[in-house]
Amino acid sequence: MTDMTTAQEDGTLARSRDALWQAVWARDEDAAARAVFAALDAGVDPEAVLLDVIAHTQREVGRAWAENRFSVAQEHSATAIHERIIAAMAHRVPAPVTETPGTTVTVACVDGEWHALPARLLAEVLRLRGLRVDFLGAQVPTPHLIAHLHATVPTAVALSSSLPLRLPTAHSAITAVQAIGVPVVAGGAAFGTDGRYARLLGADAWAPDARSAAGLLERGLPRPAGGAVRQSVDDLPHLVDQEYTLVVRAKRRLVRNTLAGLEERLPAMRAYSEAQRERTAEDVLHIVEFLACSLYTDDSGLFTGFLDWTADILEARQVPARVLEPALALLQKELKDFPRTLGLLDQGRDTLRRRGTRPSVPGPGAPA
Amino acid sequence: MTRVEGSSPPGQELLSSVGAAWTRAPYPSLVVDTAGALVEVNAQAARLFPAAGKGVPLARAVPDWLVEGHRRAAVGGADAAGPVRGRHEQWTLEAHATSGADGQVVWWLVDDTHRELAETALRNEQERTRFLAEASSRLLASLNTERCMEVAVELASQYLADAAVLVAPAAGRRHPLSLCAGGEVEHRTLRIDPADVPGLKEALQGFPPVPSRWIDPSALPEWALPDGFTGPVGSVVVTPLPGHGVPAGALILLRRSDQAAFDASEELFARVFAARAGAALSAARLYMEQSSITATLMEDLLPPLLRRVHGVEFAGGYRAAQDTERVGGDFYDVHPGAAPGEKTLAVLGDVCGKGLEAAVLTGRIRGTLQALLPLAGDHQHLLRLLNGTLLNSRHTRFATLVLASVVRQENTAHLSLTSAGHPPPLIVRQDGAVEEARTSGTLIGVLPDVRSVTAEVDLRPGETCLLYTDGVTEARGGPLGDVMFGDARLRDALAECAGMPAEAVVERIHMLVAEWIGDNRHDDIAVMAITAPRTTHLTAVDGHTAGRYTA
Repeated sequence: MTDMTTAQEDGTLARSRDALWQAVWARDEDAAARAVFAALDAGVDPEAVLLDVIAHTQREVGRAWAENRFSVAQEHSATAIHERIIAAMAHRVPAPVTETPGTTVTVACVDGEWHALPARLLAEVLRLRGLRVDFLGAQVPTPHLIAHLHATVPTAVALSSSLPLRLPTAHSAITAVQAIGVPVVAGGAAFGTDGRYARLLGADAWAPDARSAAGLLERGLPRPAGGAVRQSVDDLPHLVDQEYTLVVRAKRRLVRNTLAGLEERLPAMRAYSEAQRERTAEDVLHIVEFLACSLYTDDSGLFTGFLDWTADILEARQVPARVLEPALALLQKELKDFPRTLGLLDQGRDTLRRRGTRPSVPGPGAPA
Repeated sequence: MTRVEGSSPPGQELLSSVGAAWTRAPYPSLVVDTAGALVEVNAQAARLFPAAGKGVPLARAVPDWLVEGHRRAAVGGADAAGPVRGRHEQWTLEAHATSGADGQVVWWLVDDTHRELAETALRNEQERTRFLAEASSRLLASLNTERCMEVAVELASQYLADAAVLVAPAAGRRHPLSLCAGGEVEHRTLRIDPADVPGLKEALQGFPPVPSRWIDPSALPEWALPDGFTGPVGSVVVTPLPGHGVPAGALILLRRSDQAAFDASEELFARVFAARAGAALSAARLYMEQSSITATLMEDLLPPLLRRVHGVEFAGGYRAAQDTERVGGDFYDVHPGAAPGEKTLAVLGDVCGKGLEAAVLTGRIRGTLQALLPLAGDHQHLLRLLNGTLLNSRHTRFATLVLASVVRQENTAHLSLTSAGHPPPLIVRQDGAVEEARTSGTLIGVLPDVRSVTAEVDLRPGETCLLYTDGVTEARGGPLGDVMFGDARLRDALAECAGMPAEAVVERIHMLVAEWIGDNRHDDIAVMAITAPRTTHLTAVDGHTAGRYTA
């Protein structure tokens, strides 16, 4: 493919990454394209360009947004620029003649998942490796996915999700796909850094990144037998305690009551503008949603991890995370009859207390 | 004579009467001494074991399993040894040992043959029921005909035969075939003569199956044998797959010559399986026919993929009210100008109603607009003509829409915007200021005359004009659950979109609205962004936006 040495290639990749970062920071599409195509012209493997330049930069963009170094507009522009460059690359680098005939992979994002780029990158890597790919894009409603699978019967489905909140939806997608006899490879941050949630939800395989996903799909996965759809309690017997169901169904009431309680407890909140009040309501809604998600998976790490992350995000924007702890306390009052929920809220409060004693997160502009 | 265990202490008369009764007992019984020689053989036992007689070594008269049972009873004591079982000629026997006098062992034999047969029959029946349950659920899992055929031959070759071949009715002149000899399933599409296989032609025409014994295995043509099938064919079953009135195909089951031939009950069972496979295959065929018709009819109703046209970015996003549907009453289109200097017409609108019925009307409006394109320069005229068409149509629905004629001059995109009863477009400037286009007009399809005011808007690089339907602003949800998204939130969201590419603006607005809605019900939602690009665009990308595609 290339006669470059590894060291030369590493150097080219590093230069290309720097140039792309500068370009997306300035929202300069032309410069971004030049950065990527220079690497291709220098003979770097297109897969390395996709994964070690574009995907790498996209991760940096996400981090920059979390640390408040990138605006929303910059983040969205960067993603759009990356999408366009990938499309342009697909034109320049033709797919090889298929070596694995009959291997067709459907790549889709879980319904409600807007981050299509990781799935898009996987689709391109598979195409470059000579597999046939149907890319269905972001937020694919499960009925659409299933209708597509009936029509095409692919060798496997690669299902992408970055948000843990989509795990219940991902679960129903996984079981529905398997029920028609198609194996599922799960990927994306939602499934955990070690793939624990992919296993929990019964996916046939999990891949930490596009390269290993492509490897798995090239080797092939056995078809599940198909037949009756597994129900959520078959995989997750703890759901019979109904705590997940009841918390989800009471979501709006919980948000309203918690918000009212916060206004009573924190006098500063009474002076909030309507917009500030809405942001706070959104924060409380997120807490309830992650709580529900932890109940679904019976995994407290999802909840405490979310609280840690939210506190980081708030502090990076110089918003004190002071509503989090009282919100948890108020939820404990509301949900006092649910032992599993109370345990999660306890662990959440512990997490926040421990944060109080540790140095604050790096401010804007600090190295990641 | 023998002393029977549990009888009274020796008394000659009693013993002799017991002895006579024992001799005539309806069950076979033997008395064996410590040396392993027969001491007594009753009448039934003598009939069962013709070689048995007084003094004959046990091993010469009875089957090995009973000899072995006796050896253990002799060592461990008759009472300790449980009953032993085994076959003798056509019977299955259960033998119970009891102790006799002087270390002798008395064997009592029970004919177990019928119970054994019943148990075997029950086991077979349970196995078949289990198989049928599994077969049904696996066959019904897929609505894809090829996959369904694959599952049918897989199951048949696992449970019913050494190999199975499913012949589907001809599509044109060729028959789709699925073949399996236990391993991978092969699919072939062949021009075959079904008359080559005895009974196949009849099966495909829905006639009753030909009995297996009538089919000469050596007469099978080459195409009816899967690749992995080794050895000569010993027996063949050909059975029709009953479908919806017409056969869904036929199943050929093959057994190697070293296996037992299909018996009558197996042939019957093959028919039971074939009935299930036929039902599943017919349902799959019906589904695939319907979905291909739907896809064809739907093609023109789906929102188009938008792209950059003559130096201006266009991007669209659509979400139907029902997640299971892809079309609804909202629509948009972009008709590129014939040349770079000519105007491109973009339209976004909303037909009263939801679902397929509304979508059909959007198709008519889009078709009419396409036909009226030569008049696109005069929005007022165009709307009047469109209004006339809608008034005269048998549909009683009305529509609102926005027309945008777009042309780029230098770095500026010049837009003429006309609203016909539709929310006016919003414009986000480079500095994040959001303005509303000053256009208004009457909706279409209600009044005999329509009036409208057109707004002229210039977009400098990085500025976007957003066309949207009321599904955006009237979306209910938010953290408290029942609040309208409203104009103010839309304007705030758009203010953040200054300088973003068109696709990113559409994605951002779409995402915020979707998050706002959560799991609430909602109306159809359509948005379109028209953006003057910040920089020159990648020429290679033209025609390929970041939408859905199939590689």
